[in-house]
Amino acid sequence: MYLNQFLFLSAVLFCLGVYGVLVRKNGVLVLMSIELMLNAVNINLIAFGAFQDNVAGQVFALFTIAVAAAEVGVGLAIVLVIFRNRASIDLDEVDLMKG
Amino acid sequence: MLAQNIIFGILAFVMIVAAFRLVTTKNVVRAALFLAIVLAGAAGQFILLAAEFVAVVQVLVYIGAIVVLLLFGVMLTRAPIGRDADVDNDQRLVGGLVALFLLGALAAVLADAWGDDKISFGTVQGVGEVSDSIFGPYVIAFEVVSILLLAALVGAVAIARRD
Amino acid sequence: MLDLLAVTAPADEAAAHAVDAGILGYAWLIPLIPAVSFFVILFFGKKLPKKGSEVGITALLISFGLSCATAAKWIGLDAPRQPVERHKTWFEFGGIDIGAGIAVDGLTVMMLVVVTFISLMVHVYSTGYMHGDRRFTYFFAALSLFTAAMLTLVVADNTLQLMIGWELVGLCSFMLIGHWWEEGANSSAAIKAFITTRTGDVGLMTGIILLFFAAGRNFNIANLNRLALTDGIEHGLLLAGATLLFLGVMGKSAQFPLHVWLPDAMAGPTPVSALIHAATMVVAGVYLVARLYGVFWSGFSIEAGGINLVALIGGITVIIAALLAFVQDDVKKVLAYSTVSQLGYMVMALGVGAWTAAVFHLFTHAFFKANLFLGSGSLIHAVHSNNMSDMGGMRKHMPTTFWTFIVGSVALAGIPPLAGFWSKDEILNGAFEGDYQLFLVVGLLGAFMTAAYMTRACYLIFAGEFRGHGHPHESPPSMAWPLRILAGLSLVVGLLNAPGIAKFTDWVAFEVEGVPHFLEHHDFNIGLAALSTIVALLGIGAAAGYYLRGAFKGLTARSGLLATGHKVLVNKYYLDALFVDGIIRSIQYPVAKAAYWINQNVLDGAVNGVGKGAQGAAHLTYDYIDQMLIDGAVNGAGLSAEESGEGLRHTQSGRVQQYAAYLFGASALAALVLVFVT
Repeated sequence: MYLNQFLFLSAVLFCLGVYGVLVRKNGVLVLMSIELMLNAVNINLIAFGAFQDNVAGQVFALFTIAVAAAEVGVGLAIVLVIFRNRASIDLDEVDLMKG
Repeated sequence: MLAQNIIFGILAFVMIVAAFRLVTTKNVVRAALFLAIVLAGAAGQFILLAAEFVAVVQVLVYIGAIVVLLLFGVMLTRAPIGRDADVDNDQRLVGGLVALFLLGALAAVLADAWGDDKISFGTVQGVGEVSDSIFGPYVIAFEVVSILLLAALVGAVAIARRD
Repeated sequence: MLDLLAVTAPADEAAAHAVDAGILGYAWLIPLIPAVSFFVILFFGKKLPKKGSEVGITALLISFGLSCATAAKWIGLDAPRQPVERHKTWFEFGGIDIGAGIAVDGLTVMMLVVVTFISLMVHVYSTGYMHGDRRFTYFFAALSLFTAAMLTLVVADNTLQLMIGWELVGLCSFMLIGHWWEEGANSSAAIKAFITTRTGDVGLMTGIILLFFAAGRNFNIANLNRLALTDGIEHGLLLAGATLLFLGVMGKSAQFPLHVWLPDAMAGPTPVSALIHAATMVVAGVYLVARLYGVFWSGFSIEAGGINLVALIGGITVIIAALLAFVQDDVKKVLAYSTVSQLGYMVMALGVGAWTAAVFHLFTHAFFKANLFLGSGSLIHAVHSNNMSDMGGMRKHMPTTFWTFIVGSVALAGIPPLAGFWSKDEILNGAFEGDYQLFLVVGLLGAFMTAAYMTRACYLIFAGEFRGHGHPHESPPSMAWPLRILAGLSLVVGLLNAPGIAKFTDWVAFEVEGVPHFLEHHDFNIGLAALSTIVALLGIGAAAGYYLRGAFKGLTARSGLLATGHKVLVNKYYLDALFVDGIIRSIQYPVAKAAYWINQNVLDGAVNGVGKGAQGAAHLTYDYIDQMLIDGAVNGAGLSAEESGEGLRHTQSGRVQQYAAYLFGASALAALVLVFVT
C-alpha cells in the first residue's frame, strides 16, 4: 500500500470538512464538519505511524479523539446557549462583531 | 496486498461519498448519519493500518458518543427534521474555491513529498505497545488529557447551565 | 597724524633758498585755524557765553596776525622774491599726484591779509548787527567755514585744491544768503546764486581738466603757468582752457550775463553781503585769472591788443551794471550793482594786460566796498528798511555812519588821494598803454557813472528830511568801530601804489620761474589821471545838479526813447525773464512732461502690470492649482479612503465563517509558498 493513498484520502476528507465549515449555516452542522476534519487528521496520523513503525502515531490519534470529544461537548454547550438566547442557531445572525 | 488495496478502495470511496453528502445535504439528521458512516469508514482504515485499538476506540467514542451528542444537539436546537432549504450560507462559491485550492495545494505537496513511499509493516504495534507508550513516555500527556476532559465537562455544564 | 603736519618741501625749493622760508612755509595754518573754529563753534558754540562769536573772532585774530607776519616776512625777503611752495601728497595713482599744498607769493600774501582783515571786521560787526538773531551761532560757524574755504582757495598750489575752495565758498554763500530762509524770497535768492554760479562752474571744471591734460597730467599751478608762457602747450588748447575757466569766472565774479545772482544775494544779512559779495568771494574769479595769468595771457593773446573775450565781458559788465545802479531804491542793491561794475573793472583790467592794476584795484575795492556795505547795514539796522525812500536826512541822526559812508563813496568814485583813484587810474593807464583804447573809453564812462550813482545814493540817504518812521539812532560801537577803521584805511591804502612809492607793485608781482618778467608797469600818466578826476567830478556834478537843482528832471517823461530805456533798466534788461521763462522753462517743461509720462506709463505701468500679473497668477493658482489639483488631491484622498473603506468594510462582516474562509485560503497559500519557494 502506498502511503500517499491514505494521505490523499485524508486530504480530500479534510477539504470537504473545510468546505462544510465555511458553507454551513447551522451550528451543529459546522461541528460535524469539524469532526470530519479531525478524522482526516487521525487517518493521517495513523498512516504516518504505520509508515514509520512508530507507535506515537496511534497514541497521538487517541489523544486527538479525546480532545475532539471534549471539544464537541463544549461546542454543543455554546450552541445551546446561543439557541437559548436567539431561538436560532443560524450563524449568519451571530454578527455582533460586524463593523 | 491486492485484497488490502481493494478493501482500501471500497472504504475510501464510501467515505468520500459520505463526506461529500455530509457537507451538501439539506437534512440535518442525514448529515449526522453520513458522519457516522465516515467515522465507521475511518475505523476500517485504521484496521487496515494495523491500529486495531484505535479503531475500536474510534467506534466507541466517536460513533457511540460524539454522534449521539450531535444528535442530541440537533434535537435540543429544534432543527427542522427533514429537508431544510436554508442550511447553507452565501459563501458556497468562495468556500468551494478555498476548499479546492486547499486540496490542490495539499495534493501538490503530497505528491511531491511522498510520491513513492510504501508502507511496510515492520514491528507489531498492538495494544500492548500502545499502552506501554501511553503509560511510559506519554504519561504526562495522558494525565493532561484527563484533566482536559474534566475541564471540558465542567465547562460545558457551566456554559449550558440554566440559572 | 603727526606726519600730516610735517609737510614736505620740494627738494629743489629747499636747495634754492636755504634762505629760510620760515613762517611762509607755515601758511597752511592760516586756513586751518578758521576751519577748526568752524567745528568748535558748531559743537560748542551754543553753550559759550557769547554763543560762539568769541571763538570766531579769536580764530580770525590769530589768522590775521599770522597773515600780517607772513606779509612782513614776504616783504622782508630780497628781490626777486621766489614763491614758497609746500605740498603734501594725499594719494598717487598712475603717476598723478593728488594732494594739498601751499604756494605763497605776493598775490597770496595780499589775499591772505585782505581776507582775514575784512573777515575780522565783519565778525566784530556781526556781534552787533546779528545780536539776538535766531541762528546766531550758526551764522558765526558759517562765517568761519567761509573764511577757511576762501583761504584754502587763496593758498592753493594746484587747481584741484583751488576748485575745492571755490565750491566750498559757493556753498557757504548759499548757506549765508539763505540765512533767514523762512522768508521764501531769501531761499529763492540763495538757490539762484548757487545755480547761476554752478552754471559757470561747469566751465571751470572742464577747463581745469583740459588744462590738467594739456600740462602733462599735472594739477600744479606754477607748472601750468610756466608751460603756458614757454609754448609748452598748444595755443588752441590754451585758448579753450582759458575760455572755459573764464566761464567759471563769469559765474563767480558776476560778469555779464551771469551777474543776475548778485543783486538778489542782497537778501542775506548785510555782514554777509559785505564779506562775501563785496570783498572776498566775488573776487575769487578775479583771483583765479590773476593766479593762472600765464594761461590767459597766452591763451587770449592779451599782448596783442585790440579786443579779447576777458576785456570785452569786463567792459560790458562795467557799463550795464552802472546803468542799473541808477534805478535802484534799495541801498544794498545800489551797492551790489556797484560791486558788479567794479568787478567788471578788474576783469577788464586783466583783459588788457594790467595785471598789477587789477590786483591793486581788488585790494583797495575790498576796503571801501566793505566799508560801504557795513555802513548800509548800519543804516538798515537803524531804519529797519533797506529802501532809500525810507531814509533821508540821516546825517543828523547817524554822524559816524554818515562820514564813513561819504569817505567810502568818494573812494569808490575815484577822487584823489583816496584809494579808488589810484587803482582805477592804473587800470585806465593800462588800457591806454596796452593798445586797448576802446576799454579806456569804457573805463572813463564807468567812472562817470560810478561817481553819479554814488552821489545819488548819498543824497537820497543823507540829505533832506527823514522820510521813514520812528527815531533812528547811531549804531553800537561793535558796528561803528569797523566802519571807522575801514574808512580810515580807504583814505590811505591807495597810497601804497602811488607813483614814487609803488610798494605794492614791488611786493605783488606776477613771476613765473624761468620766464622773464613780461608785465609792464607803466609810468604815471598825469594827463590821464587828471582826465579821470575831471570825469569823476563831472559825474558828481551831474547827479548833484539833478537832485539839488532839478536839472535833467522829467527827461524820461518827455522822451520816449529815454522812457523805454528807463523801463528796460528797471526790468534789469529782461535778463531774468530770459533766463527763467526762456531758457529754464523751455527745458524744464519738456523734461518735466517726459518725466511725468515715464512715471505714469512706464513706471506705473510696470507697477500695475506686476500687480495685474500677480492677480492673474493668483487666479490661476486658485482655479487650477488650488481648486483642481490640490482640492482634487485632498478630495481624492478622502474619496479613496471612503471607497476603500466601503469596500473593505465587507471583510468585517462579523461572520465567523467568512473569517474562516480567509484563514484557510491564506494558510493554503502560505503553505504552497513555503513548500515550493523555500
